[in-house]
Amino acid sequence: MGTIWFWLVAIMIVIYVLLDGFDLGAGAIHLFVAKTDDERRQVLASIGPVWDGNEVWLVAAGGTLYFAFPVLYASAFSGFYLPLMIVLWLLILRGASIEFRNHIKSAVWDPLWDFLFCASSLLLAVFFGAALGNVVRGVPLDASGYFFEPLWTNFRLGDETGILDWYTILVGVLALLALVMHGGLWVRLKTRGAVGERACRLASKTWWLVTALTGLVTALTFQIQPQVKENFTTRPWAFVFPMLAMAGLAGVRWFMARGDERRTFFASCAYLAGMLTSVVFGVYPMVLPARNPAYSLTVTTAKAADYGLKIGLAWWILGIILAAGYSAYVYRSFAGKVVVDKDAHGYGD
Amino acid sequence: MGQALDVHRLQFAFTITFHYIFPQLTMGLALLLVYLKTKALRTGDEHYNRAARFWARIFGINFALGVVTGIPMEFQFGTNWAAFSKTAGGVIGQTLAMEGVFSFFLESSFLGLFLFGEKKLGRIGHWVAGFLVFLGSWLSGYLIVATDAWMQHPIGYRIGTNGAIELSSFWDLLLNQWALWQYAHTMLGAVQTGCFVMAGVGAFYLLTKRDAFYGRTFVRAGVLVGAIAALLQLFPTGDIQGKLVANNQQPTLAAMEGLFESQEGAPLAILGQPDVEKRKLDNPLEVPEMLSFLTYRQWRAHVKGLSDFPQEEWPDQIPLLYYSYHVMVGLGTIFIGVMVLASLLLWRGRLYESRAMLWTLMVCVPLPYIANTAGWMTAELGRQPWLIYGLMRTANGISPRVAAGNAWFTLIGFMGMYTVLGILWLFLIYREIELGPEPGNRPAGEDAAILAAD
Repeated sequence: MGTIWFWLVAIMIVIYVLLDGFDLGAGAIHLFVAKTDDERRQVLASIGPVWDGNEVWLVAAGGTLYFAFPVLYASAFSGFYLPLMIVLWLLILRGASIEFRNHIKSAVWDPLWDFLFCASSLLLAVFFGAALGNVVRGVPLDASGYFFEPLWTNFRLGDETGILDWYTILVGVLALLALVMHGGLWVRLKTRGAVGERACRLASKTWWLVTALTGLVTALTFQIQPQVKENFTTRPWAFVFPMLAMAGLAGVRWFMARGDERRTFFASCAYLAGMLTSVVFGVYPMVLPARNPAYSLTVTTAKAADYGLKIGLAWWILGIILAAGYSAYVYRSFAGKVVVDKDAHGYGD
Repeated sequence: MGQALDVHRLQFAFTITFHYIFPQLTMGLALLLVYLKTKALRTGDEHYNRAARFWARIFGINFALGVVTGIPMEFQFGTNWAAFSKTAGGVIGQTLAMEGVFSFFLESSFLGLFLFGEKKLGRIGHWVAGFLVFLGSWLSGYLIVATDAWMQHPIGYRIGTNGAIELSSFWDLLLNQWALWQYAHTMLGAVQTGCFVMAGVGAFYLLTKRDAFYGRTFVRAGVLVGAIAALLQLFPTGDIQGKLVANNQQPTLAAMEGLFESQEGAPLAILGQPDVEKRKLDNPLEVPEMLSFLTYRQWRAHVKGLSDFPQEEWPDQIPLLYYSYHVMVGLGTIFIGVMVLASLLLWRGRLYESRAMLWTLMVCVPLPYIANTAGWMTAELGRQPWLIYGLMRTANGISPRVAAGNAWFTLIGFMGMYTVLGILWLFLIYREIELGPEPGNRPAGEDAAILAAD
């Protein structure tokens, strides 16, 4: 039961990163690829009807994590107290920016929200990456099953780690770059004209940095978290996960050169999915590695009782099928390139 | 004050109180939006569609704020209440996860379609989208209330070998009798917020002699639905809630009513300030034997006072609990009076000309917000000193490693951020009301539609 839910939660997180990833990325590049009001409206329009639904994957994944692994939820959320609160504030700022911007047209209103939208998206990408870095590196859990990390200590790996050290910052930067590329390809796919071209050029340049950093971070990860090395040596079939990431990275280049916007974006999805599943597989059966391995939380020690998990499987499958159905319908309804229409909400009167 | 426990409680209370400003309106408005869309569909009158669009814009602002202030609520179970989550997550995680999976996807998907896709969906499709938003938001309300109801009245659980509370009956959790009545009571409260806001805006239009068609439509819808909701709020839902408290949380009932000594034929206190040290009500204004009657339907029934219970089982904020309860009941009574009187005037065809009644409806707009907040404070302060009634004390639920200083840091951060959000919210809502439902009033280039071509 624990392992099943481990993978189900992992799938939800991957979907969250693929979906909210492109709107975070679009936000992070907002100020740089869209210069005029019309262009900025195009970027916002490309995520307008879907960003909220994308963020629901975070809420749903959080809820599922809570119900399936309450011990992990308690330990990780209280241990990562400060960065999570900062993430919450950034999510609030970002949601408000997207929602409020188009209500008023004024020389002092739009630029403020554009800036906040961009800055909050950018910082969120870094913080999510750093959070993932923390999980991989391991946290100072002790016998009580709890820990608390300040935002930073001395930026070194060791027993007194903070949320930010050189490794987690590096993962944060990689996350930002990967989402910039992902978001750029989304904007390219959904818009016309200068915005799309700038987004594509930016994604193309970022590709080199993403590729270089992916190599570096992977090598470091094998050093820092011994479980990763062990899992991949004992179960070599799992190399399909990193292979997927590599194929995705290559695919981005390949399809971009051929001007296939859809496939370029899907290749970027494959890269992100490959990277995340590699990490998830790498730490299994741990759900939260500790600096002292004896205190690590695993799928067996962190899971809820089996009765609830079995019941949950029934409603979860039903719920996710419904959710996938709605999402597919919404994306289909808003398929194609956006046009910024001047009549209010397109109602036609 | 200043202990970690106090700061964690204060942060949860502050963030949930601010959060609930938004869902109470969106849940109530969702119902009224379905009403307006149904009217549009049946009469073919375009005015109703414009009215629905106007309220959809207000709905959208409130919904977005509800979402962004709602995520912190889910997170705080883990960040601030880790020991509680570790012990009870296997049970309450069920309903919280179901809320995400079943209602949030439904709500967010179809709200996007409802707000951005009217042209594309067509008349019936747009009605369906509106209905599904309503369904999603009301389902979400149920799952949250079921979570709280389990904390008020835990059933369907067993204690596992590691000391954690495990689920033993899914249907007991989901169909908890407490949840059913608390849900009905909560939703009627939300409907009243929606009705008072709609009627209040309508009254504003009629009093300022503009948008007369919309003014009349909003007042009529708000008053008719509001009168029904206000009556059902008292009876049966409020009455049965009271009985559930009387049967399951006896010290809570005594504290709510300010009853320190047990008596036969206990009076109902209308006014009076509880003095917990001297164990008495100052300058009480009481209806003799009424509390006994309301609780047990017998004038001479014996009602237990606080003195009958050990002090460590008393709720820890008795005056606040007492006032919350009295404010809730007092306002609820006023709502019945206002809404029933307005309905009578409507029936006699005099409501739209009655300036006094329109003024009353307009100035009443903030009151249901206060009543709903006071109601939740009654429920949650009444549950104290328990986090899960009879099973886990609030003091044992906090995150052991999060120091008071870090909790203050985030509490102050939330206060600052929510103050700014609150000001923006009032500003934007006022602006929407000022612009009104007629499409011609909007400056060019605002609210540009987002439509996909190809």
